[in-house]
Amino acid sequence: MSKITDIDLGGWEMVIGLEVHAQVSSASKLFSGASAAFGGKPNNHVSIVDAAMPGMLPILNEAALRCAVQTGLALKAKINTYSVFARKNYFYADLPQGYQISQYEFPIVGEGTIEITLDDGSTRTIGIERLHLEQDAGKSMHDQHPQYSFIDLNRSGVPLMEIVSKPDVRSAFEATAYVRKLANILDYIGACDVNMSQGSLRTDINLSLRRPGAEFGTRTETKNLNSLKAIRQAIEVEAWRQKVVLESGGTIDQETRLFDPVKFETRSLRSKEDAHDYRYFPDPDLLPVVISEDWIAKIQSSLPELPDQKIARFQQEFGLSAYDADVLVADQAAANFFEVVCASTTPKIAANWVIVELFGRLNKTDLSISDSPVSAQGLAELLALLEKDTISGRTAKDVLDTMFSTGKSATEIVKKQGLEQVSDTSAIGAIIDEVIASNPGQVQQFRDGNERLLGWFVGQVMRQSGGKANPSIVNQLLKQNL
Amino acid sequence: MKTFSLANARDLLVNKEISALELIEATLERCSRFAHLNALITPTPEQALAAAKVSDARRAKGKAGLMEGLPIAIKDMFCTEGIRTTAGSKMLENFVPTYESTVTTKLKIAGSISVGKANQDEFAMGSANNTSYYGNCINPWTSSTRSEAQLVPGGSSGGSAVAVAAGMALGATGTDTGGSIRQPASFCGITGLKPTYGRCSRWGIIAFASSLDQAGPMTQDVCSAALMLQAMAGYDAKDSTSIDIDVPNYAAALNQSFKGLRIGIAEQYQPNTLPDDIRALHQQGQDWLKAAGAEIVPISMPYTDYALPTYYIVGLAECSSNLSRYDGVRYGYRTPDASSLDDMYMRTRAEGFGSEVRRRVLLGTYVLSAGYYDAYYLRAQKVRTLIAQDFHHAFRKCDLILTSTTPSAAFAHGEKMDDPISMYLNDVFTVPASLSGLPAISIPAGLSADHLPLGLQLIGKPFDEATVLRGGKVLEDAAKFTYLSENDHE
Amino acid sequence: MSMDKEAIQKLGRLSRIALGDQQAEQIADELSNILRWIAQLKEVDVEGVAPMTSVLEAHAHPRADIVNDGYAPKRVLANAPQEIRGYYIVPKVIEQDTT
Repeated sequence: MSKITDIDLGGWEMVIGLEVHAQVSSASKLFSGASAAFGGKPNNHVSIVDAAMPGMLPILNEAALRCAVQTGLALKAKINTYSVFARKNYFYADLPQGYQISQYEFPIVGEGTIEITLDDGSTRTIGIERLHLEQDAGKSMHDQHPQYSFIDLNRSGVPLMEIVSKPDVRSAFEATAYVRKLANILDYIGACDVNMSQGSLRTDINLSLRRPGAEFGTRTETKNLNSLKAIRQAIEVEAWRQKVVLESGGTIDQETRLFDPVKFETRSLRSKEDAHDYRYFPDPDLLPVVISEDWIAKIQSSLPELPDQKIARFQQEFGLSAYDADVLVADQAAANFFEVVCASTTPKIAANWVIVELFGRLNKTDLSISDSPVSAQGLAELLALLEKDTISGRTAKDVLDTMFSTGKSATEIVKKQGLEQVSDTSAIGAIIDEVIASNPGQVQQFRDGNERLLGWFVGQVMRQSGGKANPSIVNQLLKQNL
Repeated sequence: MKTFSLANARDLLVNKEISALELIEATLERCSRFAHLNALITPTPEQALAAAKVSDARRAKGKAGLMEGLPIAIKDMFCTEGIRTTAGSKMLENFVPTYESTVTTKLKIAGSISVGKANQDEFAMGSANNTSYYGNCINPWTSSTRSEAQLVPGGSSGGSAVAVAAGMALGATGTDTGGSIRQPASFCGITGLKPTYGRCSRWGIIAFASSLDQAGPMTQDVCSAALMLQAMAGYDAKDSTSIDIDVPNYAAALNQSFKGLRIGIAEQYQPNTLPDDIRALHQQGQDWLKAAGAEIVPISMPYTDYALPTYYIVGLAECSSNLSRYDGVRYGYRTPDASSLDDMYMRTRAEGFGSEVRRRVLLGTYVLSAGYYDAYYLRAQKVRTLIAQDFHHAFRKCDLILTSTTPSAAFAHGEKMDDPISMYLNDVFTVPASLSGLPAISIPAGLSADHLPLGLQLIGKPFDEATVLRGGKVLEDAAKFTYLSENDHE
Repeated sequence: MSMDKEAIQKLGRLSRIALGDQQAEQIADELSNILRWIAQLKEVDVEGVAPMTSVLEAHAHPRADIVNDGYAPKRVLANAPQEIRGYYIVPKVIEQDTT
């Protein structure tokens, strides 16, 4: 984890609360049987319910409810056995009903927590205020025509979980750590596909400044950030703006703002006279949601291992460092990859090769672990050759490069290129004899006490063997013969 | 006018004394003859004739449905696939649904044939069928003292009531939110049943107030109402508020004994201001039920007076939100040449909605808005709980509650127009059952001082439409209501 | 409780209904009357009474997560006042707000 230096606010403290909108990984929409898949031809993933045709009624999707409860349990949160869907009323071209069905007074999930790791390795607990289910809106496109905006309702009604944190976050670093950890948890339980570029995880930032220990200041809400980078930048830009306003004697308006990553600024979205009044009230088309303790217990018992649990296990079972465990677990695919490699390899070696060698090569080629040209079994095979001393560490790295570029197996590459390490003492002994015979001066110096020359001799022997001699045997035999 | 009822016509069709085509032709002839009553917004004679031929063929193959070949009118709140559905509003003047409501689908499957889409108050908001964009609907009855005055049919299901009263259909679907089936049934001298909330699917019915809206049958007599409810009722997985319980055989229930049934009478339903003729009919109703073997039980409904304002707050709030979807984006009216999205919204909704709808949307917005929610909406929801408890307590002592349907007989078009509240008062007796989701029927039981129909209402326990219908049949048999005679309309 | 023209205009904005000045004034009177009438609910003691959101004692029965709808853009666009290339069309929106 590289250290991110937060901006210097000259004694102001940021108070941040985050609202993350995570798309539930369901096949169909929250209240209709149309596909919730990303993309598609315009208005193709739309039922007459999603288009809010007259007389249409919503029916709750069981999978969305289940995902919300799963997520709540993963956040160690209170699951509410009674919850109510409410209407949030406002007009917008891509909001067909003229209201969004959400949860207001009675959300499905109450208070919980998320542990984040700070850059000094310590952890902090961020409180979760609530989690509720709601519908996504459609999409307005403003760049298709000089006079018109185009409306596509494919996203209209897609199920979202809104996960609201307490105002516990104090820096841009903590904010990104929080979102990364939340995404990690959602990925582990499969409640969300966590694809930020497709908008499956969007974050609103509530931010205010205060002098440490003082009351909270007035906050602004910066909406709809869909990358960790945008979250960090928006926080820094908005915090700086508020600092400048406050220090020049101004006041902050409670308002909604939009982050512009090109101009690197946030700007106000609405004028005050048009302040929203959402007129929430319980949706009379939907009955209260009542779930049983039994059902909750069933979901609890079927939860997969969560990131924090996996980190602890990797440390205990495999003796990994907290750092290594954290890095591997931060990506579920990496953790799974590691466990396969680890099954036939010494865990610390496996961790080192996955984190340093594999991740290094993946980063260089901008690939994710799931796109890795080297499979977990492939890497395990390579490391088996290393552990059996068939090849040296140096050679193993070269072989991994070849595996990366050709997709061939380690055994095949080693065999074809004759890279097997020579551990035969008589063969190595012959080379050593030759090296000693042809370098009498160096031999004399060594024998006179210049022990640093041992390394030089090793180098000579390795070169003569074409790099294939087992270096530890070379070391041992040289010491004897010199 | 008593031609023959839906149930009679069914017997004639079953016994092959008439064909569906003959019945439809005769009915369509009446639709033309009484077109001046403006009961239908969109008549569909060609479709009806085509359907009649198909229906006769189906019967010939022995595959007749429960309502095979019977002509009905469909209130224009029900979305009908391929047939314009307006909700009585300019907003939906050109709206042709690509889907069919669950209730009208069931009626089609049962074999019934629609003669057209019935007039109604705009988005079912009104009690006189005088807020329709498609013009006033006229009650076929006329007052004996002011024969020149055109009377309101009641509302909001005015077109449905008139179609049945004038024999332009033998049955009609209505929707009832605060009395929109029962009040026009009372004004037009027909039978109207609002089933229990959750008994009939709301899917595909244009929403006014979601927690109150319920579809029901409007017919000439109770047997017909039983038959039509049988076809309309039932659980629908597409409506979260539809309830999955058995639908009993209503026709069979009509013949069960009435002996020992307890009829609740609440003094709160007989305010001092009630006219003598209405008061007398209510007494008469008690006597009829007693004569049939029922026991009269006094009950108390202390929160009755608050039902009407409670109903308005709840209904206004829900309608203000339900009508947000009419924004000119995806369907319906759109103002021409809007300069911006907001301008389009503002003008589309100002021009597309009539004055009563605008008034209710504005007030509904108000009662939900920040700072007023608790004082109005939340308080109304609490009073609604108390009103429902009144019924809950009452039904420990009785099986049905007898009340007048309306505080007056039909009035003339143009009356009660300047004051919305006096119009709202029409629903004073029907609204409590609506707020409590209970089944209730209006039976034409007598005539007012100026010879206009008056109804009696029976309110039943949740999902006990069978007893409500049975009680209705007792009143009907005893009342021997004088239906409108054929000559009164020409 | 009475309402003035300005309050009505604010409601008009919230509910997106354009109102002329004279119209707003007339509606202000009407709504004030109705509000006075519904104010009688203030007499009722509702202490400790639960608000009713549905008359039904039932609760939600969620549906299975199955895709069985959609894929019929013609069906949802059939009544569109304006359509281009399968999109609904509205007058251009300047400021983006997807709340």
